Amino acid sequence: MTSSLSTASPPEVRRRPRRWLQKNLFNSWLNGLITIALGGVLLWAGVEFLTWAIVEADWRVIPANLPLYFVGRYPADQYWRLWLMLAIIGALSGLTWGVLAQRVVRLFTVPVLVGLSLGGLGMMLIPTPPIYRLFGLGITLVSVFSAWGGRQLARQFSQLGQWLSLLWAVTFLVAFWLIRGGLGLKVVSSNDWGGLLLTVLMSVASILLCFPLGVLLALGRQSSLPVVRGLSMAYIELVRGVPLISILFMGQVMIPLFLPEGVRPDRVARAILGLTLFSAAYLAENVRGGLQAIPRGQWEAANALGFNAPLTVGLIVLPQAIKISIPAIVGQFIGLFQDTTLLSIVGLLELLGISRAILANPEFLGKYGETYLFIGVIYWGFCYAMSIGSRRLEQQLNTGQR
Amino acid sequence: MSSSPDAPIPIWRDDRFWKAVFQIAILAGVIGLLSVFFSNLNDNLNRTGLQFSFDFLEKSASFSIGETPIPYSPSDSYLRAIAVGVLNTLRVVLVGFVLTTLLGILAGVASFSDNWLLRKLSLLYVEVVRNTPLLLQLIFWYFPVFLSLPPPQTPVQLPGPIFMSKTGIYLPWPTIAPAFWLWLVALIGGAIAAIALWQWRVKRQVERAESGLPQLVGLILLGIIGLGIVTIGFNWQVPQSPTPGRFTGGLRLSLEYTALLVGLVVYTGAFIAEIVRAGIQAVSRGQWEAARSLGLSSGQVMQLVVFPQALRVIIPPLNSQYMNLAKNSSLALAIGYPDLFSVASTSLNQTGRPLEMFIILMSLYLTLNLMISLVMNQLNRMVQVKER
Repeated sequence: MTSSLSTASPPEVRRRPRRWLQKNLFNSWLNGLITIALGGVLLWAGVEFLTWAIVEADWRVIPANLPLYFVGRYPADQYWRLWLMLAIIGALSGLTWGVLAQRVVRLFTVPVLVGLSLGGLGMMLIPTPPIYRLFGLGITLVSVFSAWGGRQLARQFSQLGQWLSLLWAVTFLVAFWLIRGGLGLKVVSSNDWGGLLLTVLMSVASILLCFPLGVLLALGRQSSLPVVRGLSMAYIELVRGVPLISILFMGQVMIPLFLPEGVRPDRVARAILGLTLFSAAYLAENVRGGLQAIPRGQWEAANALGFNAPLTVGLIVLPQAIKISIPAIVGQFIGLFQDTTLLSIVGLLELLGISRAILANPEFLGKYGETYLFIGVIYWGFCYAMSIGSRRLEQQLNTGQR
Repeated sequence: MSSSPDAPIPIWRDDRFWKAVFQIAILAGVIGLLSVFFSNLNDNLNRTGLQFSFDFLEKSASFSIGETPIPYSPSDSYLRAIAVGVLNTLRVVLVGFVLTTLLGILAGVASFSDNWLLRKLSLLYVEVVRNTPLLLQLIFWYFPVFLSLPPPQTPVQLPGPIFMSKTGIYLPWPTIAPAFWLWLVALIGGAIAAIALWQWRVKRQVERAESGLPQLVGLILLGIIGLGIVTIGFNWQVPQSPTPGRFTGGLRLSLEYTALLVGLVVYTGAFIAEIVRAGIQAVSRGQWEAARSLGLSSGQVMQLVVFPQALRVIIPPLNSQYMNLAKNSSLALAIGYPDLFSVASTSLNQTGRPLEMFIILMSLYLTLNLMISLVMNQLNRMVQVKER
């Protein structure tokens, strides 16, 4: 009797909206005032925005240029390559998720199902030819199936997890081959890459390339050898002291000057080089944070076991340090993803650059609000998803509270 | 134990030898790489016929700059153009520091408010701003927001009066005269006296449980005097619009400056809000509870117990946010505000001297960041715990 009473009472309290309002919005006269003022401003802003979005805004600029936003001037007859790439990445992501979640009781919980159906619905609503909508839906289904399959496989073969990183590396190469062409496929020049495709490609390539350099710099900065420490420190502090845009300009203007006559890497390569050199310095600082968190006892224990310095670093210290710094590294990746917008200033047609190019088209002149809102939502979606993913990863690795 | 301890260690088994070899190899590699780069650079420069020198700084810049805090005309030298750029950058950065700190602390403290709406709004602000690129935000503030202001004939009028139109933002501004500086000194003195009085009052209240009424009267008197100085002594010039489309008096801010300032402040403020939030969370709950059980009100707990402790956690990461703000001000280029980077890039295009311009740019930005670091380290030393 008492137990049924005590379980029944909390929902009763929660269900009373007046109580809730009084407790959370009007518990003192100051709070009441704040609530009324904020509510008024929010209501006004909401009404203004909705009138603009429904009455004034001309949203045709989005569907008319949809391929440009996503892939730039990539030739339309080669789109199948990008779909194939998406399908491979979708399947592999599903597989990875399934393997990582092999010990979870239920893979498809309610939030996941809701997210998937919302994603599928969104896919169906994108104003593209129906065949592409079906492709999108198909890729979603493929990743769901491979997640399920990955979980089953991982339960049978426990070695699967170790092969995943190799699989991802191979996939990256295959994806690059599909985008660029060659080896039997028609070559698509990097001048035709653009939009979201170029944004994602550049940020992924830069983070992968800056990883070894950043780790080396972090180790160098912690090294006991004065020359190595001095050089690493000088590099890190110099790069961190100047704006990214100046480094990107340098990438575009100075790299050809430093190379022998006639050697002129293409613009995308120079951009990736600039981003890599820049983010390596920041990554080094993140990894250094991880290195400093490793207790001295780990070094001493490794020394006592007879490991020499490179082995101690490679097998004992670095794996732990990187695990600790994963959240910071994901944060940096989010930053890098956002920083690719700066390449629009040096003339690359990534997502922001292509939007500015579209806005320069007389047909869409002045449609700033619509375009920037649209790509803002895309950027926000990617970054928010990554930050949620990083929080999950942090919980799983439990590195948040050492 | 076969070899005697006095026998010299063979050189290839000596750790120090290998360390030295390794360092020499790295140094040789770096020097080799740099010398290859510089010989290429030399060849390339020789071909274009440009010799490395800073002489061009004396030449006439022959481009005009939209906003000039010091007198400047296109016939002035590149050096003066760069000085204008530096001043424009400082104008944004210094005002930005103050505003972004206020916004960040406000939003960070708001996330602990017991008002549900305020809490959620602070969360929404941080999540939206941190997850979209700064450049996009700047462009958004400039093109769809500020450039869509009405023409000067029908300006938006805010209380103040503040006029906002396509030609700029007009704010009331004190008349800059010797009297103004005297009043300003008096105001600052009064503020210092008020802070001292406030601290004395709190001390008496906490230690002796006095009401603090006499001090409160003193504070109110100081406040009234301060208000008098600000309203009357400052001799405010208010912007007016005698004929439609023209404004006189007050301070005019260009749309580029305002958009850059608002964009940078809003963006950095979200990061500072997160830092403030983390700092307040780092103060253990026991401190709250202990202070509450001593009879302090929740506002007093925040002000006297929690915030001073949180400051120790907040100040070190603030340093890097201020440095980010200073570096990010270089994105002014995208919205046409003539800051240091934008002036430098115009000069670069005109002179074709990338190396010299980059050396100037890097040293100026490094100096700026170094100064921020020095000030912040000093501040950090002031708030850290003074242990035995």
